[in-house]
Amino acid sequence: MSDYRVLPGPEHFLPPAAASMGIRLPNPGEAHINGVIAPEEKAYEEAARQLLMARVPTIFPGPLVLWAWNEKAAKKATAIRHLFNTLKECVQTGQKPMLIPMPDYRPKYPKINPEVEINPNHPNLTIWHNKIDCCIFVGVHCHQANLSLKIIRGGTSCYTIAMCAQAGHEDAMLSFRDASVDKIMRLAETVKRLKGTVQPRLSTAKSGASN
Amino acid sequence: MAETKSVIGTQNKKGQIYTDTWKMMNEAPRTPSFYTGSEVIKEALRRASCDVMIAYPITPQSEAAALIGELFAEGYIGDYFRGESEFAVMSQCAGAAFGGARVFTTTAGPGTMRAMENFPMWAGARLPIQMIVTCRGINSPLSIQPDTLEIAYLLNTGMLVWHAETAQDFFDWILKGYIVSEEPDVHLPLALCCDGFFVTHTKDVVNLTPADMCLPPYDPYRSPVPCMDMECPPVRMMRDPFVMKSNYISYATHASWQQEIWAAIERSRKHSIHWLNGLIDTENTDAEIMIVASGTAVSQGREAIRLLEDEGVRCGLVKVKALRPWPEEEIREATKNAKHIFVPEFNVTGWLAKEIKATIPNHARVHAGPHVCGGMTMPPEIIVSEIKTALGMKSFSLAGRGS
Repeated sequence: MSDYRVLPGPEHFLPPAAASMGIRLPNPGEAHINGVIAPEEKAYEEAARQLLMARVPTIFPGPLVLWAWNEKAAKKATAIRHLFNTLKECVQTGQKPMLIPMPDYRPKYPKINPEVEINPNHPNLTIWHNKIDCCIFVGVHCHQANLSLKIIRGGTSCYTIAMCAQAGHEDAMLSFRDASVDKIMRLAETVKRLKGTVQPRLSTAKSGASN
Repeated sequence: MAETKSVIGTQNKKGQIYTDTWKMMNEAPRTPSFYTGSEVIKEALRRASCDVMIAYPITPQSEAAALIGELFAEGYIGDYFRGESEFAVMSQCAGAAFGGARVFTTTAGPGTMRAMENFPMWAGARLPIQMIVTCRGINSPLSIQPDTLEIAYLLNTGMLVWHAETAQDFFDWILKGYIVSEEPDVHLPLALCCDGFFVTHTKDVVNLTPADMCLPPYDPYRSPVPCMDMECPPVRMMRDPFVMKSNYISYATHASWQQEIWAAIERSRKHSIHWLNGLIDTENTDAEIMIVASGTAVSQGREAIRLLEDEGVRCGLVKVKALRPWPEEEIREATKNAKHIFVPEFNVTGWLAKEIKATIPNHARVHAGPHVCGGMTMPPEIIVSEIKTALGMKSFSLAGRGS
């Protein structure tokens, strides 16, 4: 097993792909936390804990769930909205949950508006601008998610979570695989259950997630 | 649309049953058949649920390409045509794959080289195209004979690269190759290479799966990049190039993108091990003398081992099946007891020996050879001779009879 751990950055001028450092994706029924394979149960707890601990916990829904291009996508979008609402209900004063879409993957020049969107080619701009210290990717095509997660790890200290519908993401600090409506709802339930049990890092946060 | 329902157990338009690939490859009855490698490519493709096949004639792959034309005429392939050149073919393959088709092509030698620009593009665009490379000489003066130099050029394209030894490997790996390269966490093109003529134009007994079973169709909606479906919203997110500007962000994005391609090759490792039953095969790994080879050099190595056994010399073998992903740990483990490692190759540069030297500790153990190239055969006796010479044993030259 690799000694490498997928941790919040800023890691490096050009951080390596975690897969190239020996991190392997979880099998069905598993997740990974910091690159270590873990039971999915544990990952729900840790993801919920990270979201509740963050000053600006943020959901980044991608194109696969932003359009009702099939019935499943529409249901997932509803579940994501439920997760966001749950998060808003469960955080404490001073915490600011956000829902910022990744509407497409085209590079935005001269630059994106970081208050309204995130883009996989320069995701750090949105994270820095909004001082996001924990985020969850959902409905982003895997290639673009990995591209983005690596850049985030390279230049920010944001904790990244991937709710992946396929095989998962080594470049996130925590990744689920085979994401479904049920799994998103399960995460929302866990957030609700842990409400009030997690100390937000409001007092220790320097300036959010940015470097 | 785009919600996948299992088609396993249903029939395609030819009456073939979409079959669970593991069952089809490992549990279904096999029929021994006496075929050339080219015919085997056709038979594999009959079972591959392939949407589009495009090729341009170049020896020694032309026969396979022509035989697949027969499959098209029979209705087993969705579309089939000859491109204007190898470069055009590989670009057309990209177009078909961008649109969500399962794509197959064949090429060889100078054709591979002519089309080279497309291969990193395929990998970068995450297109799981399968390309058969029936290796032959690439340099001037022209040679159509077996020579594996072109594989060296493919190793850094970002494609998966497998090197088949036999027609049986070819049959199985064409079908398994689609499954590995279409995994969402991999989703890369596969260059499935063999030594031209030795495999394509010789007959061998190959155990075929039932012709009424076929692979499940490719599902482009599991792709890690948007499928260019012109009728659904993700078409708005076509894969625009992001290097529009010269700035740090563009460079950093491109760097991350490149890393992701090689990460995908790493991810293919577990799938390749699962389907190929390991990235290498080994024999006698406790021996102090090892032959490490890929392609038909493995067959020659195996025969050399038999000849050496007759003389009381014990020798082991590593058959390298996958070159990308590279079986680094496996080769290190398999050669840990070896004092001498011989790497017979059908090319002038010895690219496999270089890869192995970069992989193992104490690489002075590696004897890069024997080499033949330009279409020469590699009699097992020259491998024996190379080994015996290195061991200080008396060996006869095969170069000629002398004066």
